[in-house]
Amino acid sequence: MKLKSKDLLGLQGMSKQEIDLILDTAVSFKEILERPIRKVPTLRGLTVVNLFYEASTRTRISFELAEKRLSADLVNFSANTSSVQKGETLKDTVRNIEAMKIDMVVVRHSASGAPHFIANCVDSSVINAGDGAHEHPTQALLDLLTLREKYKSLKGLRVVIVGDILHSRVARSNIWGLSTMGAEVAVCGPPTLMPYEMEKMGVEVFFDLDKALEGRDVVMGLRIQLERQKGGLLPSLREYTNLFGITKDRLKRLNKNFTIMHPGPINRGIEITPEVADGPYSVILGQVTNGVAVRMAILYLLSGGEKKVE
Amino acid sequence: MKKEKAILIMDSKTIARSLIRIAHEILERNRGAKHLAIIGIKTRGAYLAERIANIIESIEKVKLPVGLMDINLYRDDVQSKKEQPVIQKTEISFDVVEKTIILVDDVLFTGRTIRAALDQIVDFGRPRSIQLAVLIDRGHRELPIRADYVGKSIPTSSDELVKVKIKEVDGEDNVSVIQDQKRKKRIKTGKQ
Repeated sequence: MKLKSKDLLGLQGMSKQEIDLILDTAVSFKEILERPIRKVPTLRGLTVVNLFYEASTRTRISFELAEKRLSADLVNFSANTSSVQKGETLKDTVRNIEAMKIDMVVVRHSASGAPHFIANCVDSSVINAGDGAHEHPTQALLDLLTLREKYKSLKGLRVVIVGDILHSRVARSNIWGLSTMGAEVAVCGPPTLMPYEMEKMGVEVFFDLDKALEGRDVVMGLRIQLERQKGGLLPSLREYTNLFGITKDRLKRLNKNFTIMHPGPINRGIEITPEVADGPYSVILGQVTNGVAVRMAILYLLSGGEKKVE
Repeated sequence: MKKEKAILIMDSKTIARSLIRIAHEILERNRGAKHLAIIGIKTRGAYLAERIANIIESIEKVKLPVGLMDINLYRDDVQSKKEQPVIQKTEISFDVVEKTIILVDDVLFTGRTIRAALDQIVDFGRPRSIQLAVLIDRGHRELPIRADYVGKSIPTSSDELVKVKIKEVDGEDNVSVIQDQKRKKRIKTGKQ
C-alpha cells in the first residue's frame, strides 16, 4: 500500500485506504515523540523547503519539528524577506529553489491552487500547508487522527463545523476527509459567511447554532478570520458572538461524550469562550501534538524512492 | 499455482525445544536473570521474544521486561525502496540503561536488520550489553554481525527463501525453505 500521488495537495478524491494508511503510520510515529531521543534517522539526506507565503505559527513549527524528528535537512523561506518583494514570480522562485537540489516543498499560499501549480512546475514532492480558501489537508488529517483516537471509528460520527465557512480551507478539507471516513457532517454560520450551494458538498447547512448542535458528537469551531473581514460581511463581532459563539450553555444540546475542536489560532471570547476552549472535553492541544505525528507520516510516505528514476 | 518447492526444516515441537534451549543458554551465560531484558523485532521476532520471556519466567520465576521494536525507520534502504514499509509501533516501556538486552528475531540473514535494531536501541539509552538470539541463522551476512544464541543454522543458497511461520501471526509454527523461481531470476538479472 502506498499513496497514489507524489504530492499531498488535498483530501478531495483521496481514498479511505490512503487516509487510513496515513493515520496508521501517524499512530506509530507518535510514539517517537515520547522517546528519550525524539529523533529517527529515516530521512537523512533529504532536503525539504518550507515555502510560506502566508503567516503561520502552528503549521510551520509543526512541519519543521516533523522534518527534524525524521532527520531531514530543512530550509525556511518566508515571502516578505525574499526576492518575492522584488517581483519574482512563484514559478521562478520555486524552479530556482529546485535547481539547488531539493526533494520536497511544503507550501502555504494565499491563492487557492498555488500548490497544484507548483506541483506541475517541479519534480519534487509538494505538500499543501494551506492554500487560500481551498484546502489544508494536514490539518484535516490531524483532526481525523484526534477523532479516531477518541471514537475508534469515524463512521456515523455526527460533526458540525461552526463559523466562517466561506474563507475556511480547514472546513473544506475536513468535509472531504470526514465524509470519506463515513462521518455525517453539517456546517453552521452566518449566511454572509456561507458559500452558495454549500449542500452540494454533501453537508447539511444550518444558520441557527442551537439547531445545528442538537444531537452532535463533535463541534469544530473555526477562527473568525479578522484579516478577511474588511468587506462588511459581519455587522459586528459582538453580534457574531451572540449568535454563533460556542458557549458552555449551548453544549447541553450535544450528545454525551462530545468533543470540542478548534484548528487555532483562537480568538478567545469571539467564536469560542475560554471556558469551553479549555474544558475537559476540549482536544485542542491534543490536535497540535497529533499535527507533528501526521506531518511526519506524510513526509515519510511521500519520500519513497520510486520517483527518483534517472 | 506458483512453482515453488517447500522443504520443512522445523515443526512446532522442534521450535519449542529450540526456544527452551535458548532460554537456558541465556540464563547460563548471564548467570541468572538479573539485569536482563528482552526486545523482539516486529513482527515475528516480537512473538518469539514473548515466548522466551515466558520460558525464562517458568524456570527462574522472574518476569523479564519485554519490548517490541519496529526497525523500519532505521533501515539503510528506506529511500531506495519502491514502496515504504508499513511502520508499526515500537513499545519499549522500560529503561534500557545498564540492562543486558537480549535482541530476538526470527531469521538472521544479511545482518542489516540487526544493525538497524542496534542503532535504535542505542537511541533509547546505553545498555550494559546487547546479545542476539535468532531462531534461524541462514548465512549470507553482509555485515560483521553474529548471533549469540541460534535455534538452528541452515546452509542456504541466496535464491532460496526461509519462511518462518508463527502461530500468533500465521496460525501454525514451522520453518521451511522455499526454492523461489522468481527470486532466482531476479538474482540472475542482477535486480534485487
